[in-house]
Amino acid sequence: MAAPLALLLIVAVTIRAALFRTSLANLISERVEVVSPLNAWKRVVEGLALLDLDISPYSGDVFHETPMVIYLFHFLMDYAEITFMGAGVKFSSLHLVSQFRKQKFALEADRIPMDCLELIRSPTEMYYIPLKVAMFYLLNPFTIVSCVAKCTCGLNNAVIALFILSTMRGSALLSAIFLALATYQSIYPLTLCVPALLYLLQRLYIPVNVRRSSFWFYTLQYLFMFLGSLLVLICLSFFLLGSWDFLPAVYGFILSVPDLTPNIGLFWYFFAEMFDHFRLFFLCVFQINVFFYTLPLSIKLKEHPVFLIFMQIALIAIFKSYPTVGDLSLYMAFLPVWNHLYRFLRNIFLVSCVLLACSALFPVLWHLWIYAGSANSNFYYAITLLFSVAQILLVSDYFYAFLRREHHLTNGLYLKKKDGSEATLVLK
Amino acid sequence: MGLLSDPNRRRALIGMLTRMPVDWLVRTMQARGLEVYTQRFSRKLPFPDEDKERYMVKGTNVYGILRAPRAPRTEALVLSAPCSPGNENNQAVGILLGLAQYFRSQIYWAKDIIFLVNEHDLIGMQAWLEGYHHTNTTGMDWSPLQGRGGSIQAALSLELSSDVVTSLDLVLEGLNGQLPNLDLANLFYAFCQKIGVLCTTQGKLPRNDWDTTSGYSHAVQTMMLMVLKQASSRPWGDHGLFLRYHIEAASIKGVNSFRPYKTDATTVGRLLEGMYRKLNNLLERLHQSYFFYLMPSLTRFVSIGYYMPAFGLLALILLLRALDLWVQLSSPPTRTTEDGVEVVPASPGVLSILTPLVISHLTGVALYTLPVLSQELAVEHFPVSETEAVVLTAIAIYTAGLALPHNTHRLLAGEGTEQGWKVLKLVAVLYLAVLLGCTALINFSLGFILALTLVPLAAFITPHVPKTLSAVVMVILSPGLTLLFAVFFFQELQETPVTLQEGWMLYLSVISQGILDHALYGSLLYPLAALLVYPCWLLFWNILFWK
Repeated sequence: MAAPLALLLIVAVTIRAALFRTSLANLISERVEVVSPLNAWKRVVEGLALLDLDISPYSGDVFHETPMVIYLFHFLMDYAEITFMGAGVKFSSLHLVSQFRKQKFALEADRIPMDCLELIRSPTEMYYIPLKVAMFYLLNPFTIVSCVAKCTCGLNNAVIALFILSTMRGSALLSAIFLALATYQSIYPLTLCVPALLYLLQRLYIPVNVRRSSFWFYTLQYLFMFLGSLLVLICLSFFLLGSWDFLPAVYGFILSVPDLTPNIGLFWYFFAEMFDHFRLFFLCVFQINVFFYTLPLSIKLKEHPVFLIFMQIALIAIFKSYPTVGDLSLYMAFLPVWNHLYRFLRNIFLVSCVLLACSALFPVLWHLWIYAGSANSNFYYAITLLFSVAQILLVSDYFYAFLRREHHLTNGLYLKKKDGSEATLVLK
Repeated sequence: MGLLSDPNRRRALIGMLTRMPVDWLVRTMQARGLEVYTQRFSRKLPFPDEDKERYMVKGTNVYGILRAPRAPRTEALVLSAPCSPGNENNQAVGILLGLAQYFRSQIYWAKDIIFLVNEHDLIGMQAWLEGYHHTNTTGMDWSPLQGRGGSIQAALSLELSSDVVTSLDLVLEGLNGQLPNLDLANLFYAFCQKIGVLCTTQGKLPRNDWDTTSGYSHAVQTMMLMVLKQASSRPWGDHGLFLRYHIEAASIKGVNSFRPYKTDATTVGRLLEGMYRKLNNLLERLHQSYFFYLMPSLTRFVSIGYYMPAFGLLALILLLRALDLWVQLSSPPTRTTEDGVEVVPASPGVLSILTPLVISHLTGVALYTLPVLSQELAVEHFPVSETEAVVLTAIAIYTAGLALPHNTHRLLAGEGTEQGWKVLKLVAVLYLAVLLGCTALINFSLGFILALTLVPLAAFITPHVPKTLSAVVMVILSPGLTLLFAVFFFQELQETPVTLQEGWMLYLSVISQGILDHALYGSLLYPLAALLVYPCWLLFWNILFWK
């Protein structure tokens, strides 16, 4: 296990180092699919330059990162490339994801009808999952271009990975701290609070029942740790820079979406043609859309919080206000963990083809719009829409496969109707 | 004898005779009241071109700006005439200067007019445009422009070899198959009709009997000429380089053939003056009409809505084949743990198809980089000139790629399974579909021609078809031979058919032009063919010889 992982790390670092040295690095760092106004390296450099001149880095609406990031890069400026590669490597150390699976196996072993044995994964199969996750993340072209462009979403991904790792290990304090850090960076990981809580409750065998006092006690404890760390981080930022400027510049920017540079998200085109009168209404609708799915999904998946984490990360990556391909690579890295759902997936071919075609068409239509002048923003937004639809289809397909597997686990694999003929499952 | 025997002095004399008369042009333009500036440029060619026979191309562009009398200097129009040595285009500069004198005395100009005389045709034009727009995409060395005129709204390029013309030919195809807005072509044609000058496209005379068979075939021939010209991705006139900067431009060639009715230079001048008055009156850039069209004649066009579905149906064949392979791969119960087509190959089982992919792409990279890099080596060992060395190396690497499948199979152990080739074919078919789709969006003709030859190949190749027959068909349909047939077809369509020998020499010069265009102007045909289309074809070749 160690040798293939080490080999993988060497290959990944070599690819990134090689690409850093070519002229492609400059080209990639300007692509709108890879960097957004929130996490472009160019803007970090701007902010650092302003900080060196003793001006607030948030003046001029250029810099939208949190103060901790700017201080981090203040010290690591010369080692920027290594930092980003290190963030990628740290992510891949998420090999303890397999731990939860073993636990689940132990819990479920006694509840399953005999014919479902083929649905359960054997430990040998699960042995290679961490390596596959690491490979999916490190060798994913999206991650590579994101790292080469020095986009800070690599750091965000590393923090979310640490959060997941600490949740899996069961340490509530660390989990709350990393979640606070992730929420502090961009608001959307707030929704990951619920699955983390559900997982920790499940681990401690506390049933999720609103009438039980133990449930409330633990929930309040966790929320207190989370909110406390968040407050500490915000106050620390205040003391770092000496003003509350960062609140509107970071959180106001994420929530009110003033910058309409095209990206792979859904916001820019809508808000470019929106009348001011309706802007607030649609802003609320779009932002609520990101947080809205937490409640129904948690109710449905309250016994499977890890899958809920995956779904939440995917939904954040699709619906957030300034997505980039780095956010995509985060949830795509987790796909090998649900390898066993492969047999129930219905649309994987279509989704893969569409994602591949869209990734190729993004630069082509950008060129036709901006440089050749033959196309216009509608063409580019069409590809953005297609890309988002393909991702939504992927996520919902995995959800369906997951539910179907659970159904089979409780009701048997080869379903029969009352008269003995073979039954078909229909999702209502 | 003394003067001509010394090669250096001979070269200097010829240089003096064929170089552009910069000082005379500057004086003449100044006498006509323009603001005159010059720009020097130099470019090191990757290998000496046949016409130039030397590595370094140096030249000077001369341009004069006619300032609009009462307008702010925010917009400009360009009239350019290339200054070539010899008798080619020897009248264009004269008309340009005549027009400059006439334009100077008019008061209705709202935009600045730039009269440009560029040396070495496209190289000079590229240097001027890069200097004007402060970009440097091709590594040329030029002196900065001293005078500018605002953002260029439209440009026309003149090519006149005689002072009387029988017809004017409109050339629209630009770099990478980009076309100006159809409005520009319609404008020119409508005005020619009004003045009474015959206007043609692709050098073919227009016919009125378009509903008879011969009329229809004439229109198809004209359209095929346009398709072939667009597919070659080269700029077919000096205007071709303007299009990249979002400037609508067209080239006007004067043709003097054997017809009774001749138009003299005054009428041509009136025509151009009228065109410039029309362009002067524009409030915005021409963008309302189609940018993607094919023209069977100047009065008819085929828009993208008509020709794209044809291409879409071809791409559909590939997608259906991919779906069929997917279903075949998923259906047997004892299948391997493949994740099919993800962005990244996941399980080690799919690693076996990585080898053909890597080897094909490495061959493509070799085809792209080696010909130019190894010309020195080739010239030392073989009695060929540099241009021939580059072209013949390219052909040699192309043919050497055919020998690959027989070697890669010995390197890889235990990969000869039914599953293996199906996975490779699935990947190759999807790769081809995405590649053709992207190519067709940027340069439709190139994408369509490649689709016509590669899609039947991709759909039907399996290891189980008769090997020798399929190998011959595959080689005939390969991109290299498609180019050869296209060259012969092009000559047929232009009504100047060539013999096999001449055709072959023309083919070699086309390859060298392609490589040169890529190095000089950024044409995408050569890198596309070498780095993407050829490896894709090699993947299918690999599948054919799968054991």
